[in-house]
Amino acid sequence: MRLGSLSNIYRLGLKELKSLWADKVLLILICWAFTGAIYTAATGASVELRNAPIAVVDEDRSPLSRRIVDAFYPPYFRLPQQATLAELDQGMDSGRYNFTLIIPANFQHDVQAGRQPDIQLNIDATIMSQAFIGATYIKSIALGEVNEYLTGKRDGAETPIKLTTRVRFNPNLTGVWFGGVMEVINNVTMLTIILVGAAFIREREHGTIEHLLVMPLTPFEIMMAKIWANGLAVLIGVTFALLVMVQQVLKVPIAGSLPLFLASAACYLFAAASIGIFLGTLARSMPQLGLLVILCIIPLLLLSGGVTPRESMPAIVQNIMLGAPTTYFVRLAQGILYRGAGLDVVWRDLLAMTGVGAVFFNIALYRFRKAVTQSQV
Amino acid sequence: MDIALPAGCMVGLIGPDGVGKSSLLALVSGARMIQSGKVEVLGGDIGERQFRASVQPRIAYMPQGLGKNLYPTLSVFENVDFFGRLFGQSKQEREQRIDELLTSTGLEAFRERPAAKLSGGMKQKLGLCCALIHDPDLLILDEPTTGVDPLSRRQFWELIDTIRARRPGMSVLVATAYMEEAERFDWLAAMDAGKVIGSGTPAELRQQTGQKTLDGAFIQLLPEDRRQAHHELVIPPRKADDGVFAIEAENLSQRFGDFTAVDHVSFKIAQGEIFGFLGSNGCGKTTTMKMLTGLLPPTEGEARLFGKTVDARDLETRKQVGYMSQAFSLYGELTVRANLDLHARLFHLPDARRLTRVGELMQRFGLEPYADKAAAELPLGIRQRLSLAVAVVHEPKLLILDEPTSGVDPIARDEFWTLLVELSRQQGVTIFISTHFMNEAERCDRISLMHAGKVLASDTPAGICQQRGKETLEEAFISYLEEATGADKPNVTVNPKKQAKIDVDRNTSRTTASAFSLRRLLGYAYRESLELRRDPIRLAFALLGSVLLMFVLGFGISLDVEGLRFAALDRDQSPESRAYIQNIAGSRFFIEQAPILDDADLDRRMINGELALAIDIPANFGRDLRRSHWPEIGVWIDGAMPFRGETVRGYVQGLHLGYVQQLVLEATGITTDYPVNIVSRFRYNQDVKSIYAMVPAVIPILLIFIPAILMALGVVREKELGSITNLYVTPVTRLEFLLGKQLPYIVVALVSYVLLIVQSQLMFHVPIKGSLLALSFGAFLYIIATTGIGLLISTFTSTQIAALFGTAILTILPTVSFSGLTSPVAALEGISYWIGQFFPASYFLIICRGTFTKALGFADLLPQFLALAAFIPVLTLLSVALLKKQEK
Repeated sequence: MRLGSLSNIYRLGLKELKSLWADKVLLILICWAFTGAIYTAATGASVELRNAPIAVVDEDRSPLSRRIVDAFYPPYFRLPQQATLAELDQGMDSGRYNFTLIIPANFQHDVQAGRQPDIQLNIDATIMSQAFIGATYIKSIALGEVNEYLTGKRDGAETPIKLTTRVRFNPNLTGVWFGGVMEVINNVTMLTIILVGAAFIREREHGTIEHLLVMPLTPFEIMMAKIWANGLAVLIGVTFALLVMVQQVLKVPIAGSLPLFLASAACYLFAAASIGIFLGTLARSMPQLGLLVILCIIPLLLLSGGVTPRESMPAIVQNIMLGAPTTYFVRLAQGILYRGAGLDVVWRDLLAMTGVGAVFFNIALYRFRKAVTQSQV
Repeated sequence: MDIALPAGCMVGLIGPDGVGKSSLLALVSGARMIQSGKVEVLGGDIGERQFRASVQPRIAYMPQGLGKNLYPTLSVFENVDFFGRLFGQSKQEREQRIDELLTSTGLEAFRERPAAKLSGGMKQKLGLCCALIHDPDLLILDEPTTGVDPLSRRQFWELIDTIRARRPGMSVLVATAYMEEAERFDWLAAMDAGKVIGSGTPAELRQQTGQKTLDGAFIQLLPEDRRQAHHELVIPPRKADDGVFAIEAENLSQRFGDFTAVDHVSFKIAQGEIFGFLGSNGCGKTTTMKMLTGLLPPTEGEARLFGKTVDARDLETRKQVGYMSQAFSLYGELTVRANLDLHARLFHLPDARRLTRVGELMQRFGLEPYADKAAAELPLGIRQRLSLAVAVVHEPKLLILDEPTSGVDPIARDEFWTLLVELSRQQGVTIFISTHFMNEAERCDRISLMHAGKVLASDTPAGICQQRGKETLEEAFISYLEEATGADKPNVTVNPKKQAKIDVDRNTSRTTASAFSLRRLLGYAYRESLELRRDPIRLAFALLGSVLLMFVLGFGISLDVEGLRFAALDRDQSPESRAYIQNIAGSRFFIEQAPILDDADLDRRMINGELALAIDIPANFGRDLRRSHWPEIGVWIDGAMPFRGETVRGYVQGLHLGYVQQLVLEATGITTDYPVNIVSRFRYNQDVKSIYAMVPAVIPILLIFIPAILMALGVVREKELGSITNLYVTPVTRLEFLLGKQLPYIVVALVSYVLLIVQSQLMFHVPIKGSLLALSFGAFLYIIATTGIGLLISTFTSTQIAALFGTAILTILPTVSFSGLTSPVAALEGISYWIGQFFPASYFLIICRGTFTKALGFADLLPQFLALAAFIPVLTLLSVALLKKQEK
């Protein structure tokens, strides 16, 4: 019996792969998700400072003030626009400038006299991702110019304690490193849930799943077949994405063990696919599944720590998200891929993730028969 | 093909599914675009747009499929009323006509019932009411009685006769697959494979071919090669009963909520018997079969197969049963051979047996020529044979077949029955089959008549006729139905005076084929809002979806980097080193963890992600500091998440500097300031809390994402479900259709906007510093534009799922990446910049941020209002241009 069951799961899974192979639209979607989508996400939208629009009101028009103005240039900043005080407010209100710098009259004169004149820096704080980092950059650039003007050195006066900051795991804080790998994880979540959920609904709409249920097959076997087959397809995509797209094309070094990551990904695929089937048992038609998937995937992607750090979220959100496998996967993926963590570090997350997956699997299993037979009434 | 159809009479197109009847009718009605050739209807070329618009009020078209052009959630009255609006009738006229139509069709009693809950026969009558609301000169009916019980069918044709008697000038064009029905038509055209193979009156056709029945006549008309294989079906008598029952059903009942699908059904089927279940669509045949297969546990009663109670978990019994569902349930993308092979393997046939069995079946069922074709590409008749082959691959003792022959031509049907008879008579397989064809029921050993979940009678076909003293099974069934429903013939007499009055009114509404009608537009808007109100999932998505996502985005995307865990490796343990650590622990950004023990501990805790920051204070730090030896502190920052790392670095440097300045001041009394002071002002959001930035940014995302998706779904749903036909064949224009459908979604999106504002105030406490009125006006313009984007997308997508994900991708990406959400539009380059310029979200984002955080009002935002307003006509005109007024 056990052997028979395994053979059923194997046979049904092969059928699933053939169906997937026949669906060219889905194949293209999978290919895009693990190639082009990763490239554009990694190199395109980033939270780094890039081309920030800056305007300057230079009331001094001295060599020093011009020196400061000339210190802002791409890629971090646009070339500064000269503006009047009146234009400044209007420009900030309409979002034309994110940063404005006001250099007062007699600035150079005051600096040389040691009077410590003020430079006013206005920051549009509605663009959170750039405001803080941009302000830090602008300050250090402006100070550096003044120091260099005065002493010939950018660092200025020496301090009694030296501070050496070193960044681990991504020494230059390159956004591509982060964006590329996180996009792989996001696409795994999205594709697995959509693939498995849609495969379930499609079989239900065609009545083939009903047919399977009147044969000597159990819902467990049918579900496992869907999970391994679609999971395998996604896993191949992930492997390709990491080996070729992330390591070769984007040149992101992977710190930890790739086999360990792929093994964890397989566990995660089981969990995500279970969620997919679970959603499939809730929806009565493909469009309904689509709406449910959207409402479910957005929180999974945004709240699991893959976009913004988990510790900055309210405690309640953090606790709710402990019920989602994505949270564990993002954490262990960051551990393995960036920090080179081994099984001794990530085993707890791995266990928790698989456990959560098992819970969803069992709920879906419980709803399976009912969902199939009531759909056509 | 060339054909001329006579006017002023009832013309029938006969032939099985897929021969081109429906296509021809769709062309004649103007619903489908003509590829080549010419169709003249009512004296003009229907391919010509002008003529079509003028003639459409004179044509009524009822597409194939039960209630295909009806709206399932709308009541009977609302459905007819909607069609009245489409033809520009006034309220008074509509009510008068609807009263008359509902009374004459016997639907008056079900006025308030939703169309979805009507029986098949009633749905078709309702469809007829909708078609007749505007007194057409040409009535086109595509298979109006397929799947309808015989009583309703007879009533339907009587109704048509009455209407024709009243309006003798009206022509009726009908397509049908029931040959019996065709007998009553005035003139027939028999069709096969897109060609007319014979035409004339029914009597003429029979005479030409020398056959007694039209069925026979049709077969004679088919080309020689198709006819060759056909033999009259002979069913040998069944051998004596051995008293063992294959199926026993006792008081089976199935209830779904308050709806009883199957009501105390009992029957017994002997082994080797062919047992038929006869009844209309939706009478409970399928549900009963599902209970017998164990797919559906019965609410009440018991079902036994071979003496054993049906149990979903019993895998052994299932090996004795073969099942063929209505949908034929094959894997369309697999080949014929692969389908058979898969099922054989799933039944664990040993390898050798499997190969011979598959070969055997392919040969016997005539599937060899198709062995390597995908199942989806097969003609219907072959697919059906394959389906039967799959069902018997494991040599079951019992076959359960759910309407296996619907839509198949008479020859293929006879071939199928030949196989069934062989299975039953030669191999002793019990066959339980459901059908709505009378002539198929006559071939069964015994049948049960089913209606509304109940078995009306069970006997041999001859026995049933005998009991009722009728000649044919159909008449006997009708007599049973009349008894069961207690229904008399509907009252079809019409008060002549009332009729005269309506005739006068008719001429007034007939001429209103105007270019634009507000009434038709509002008709669509009214209907859409009714449907939306009755669809809980879509409505919940519309209203709760945005609130849920606002919660997720508002709380989730927090760019406030706080609560960072740090620990120190203090190799010095001096008061100075402790003071330095204390300085960092005291800030609101960092939370101190247990001290780091050694280098290995530091490594381990950074690798497992516990620490975002580690501080390494060297030995002799205190001594060196006191002696002014410039001690050096090392910090390690976790850079796995670059944004967080960058921020941490900024924090640490700031804290370090502050501490050092403090030290110098304490020691020497000198302030070591910079040569200049850079005074930073974080404007619009002084506390730099991300919630103040997020809320105004999230509202534009949600107000484009959800309204556009709902709008696109709203239009594409009609395409998928078939009610789009009403746009094709009624005088409603594309502009009226689009604007009418858009109105309700604008309202829904406005409600969702109000909810979001309330949420922003009560849950997130983000004040609106500027003008709420300006914000709301901007939102109003923006919503019209975003629903317009949904409309535009709906014009080129054809399935709901494509519309859903297409809209999601096409709205989210430009909104998040190119509209100034993370980096301002001004910072974008190249194509991104231009996408941002031509996307409404860019402008509403400025309005939203301006009014929320920058205290702006109407005057400040005038350019943005103008830009938003400019999107509206552009989007609408584009949608009108791209929407087809005819099917391709």
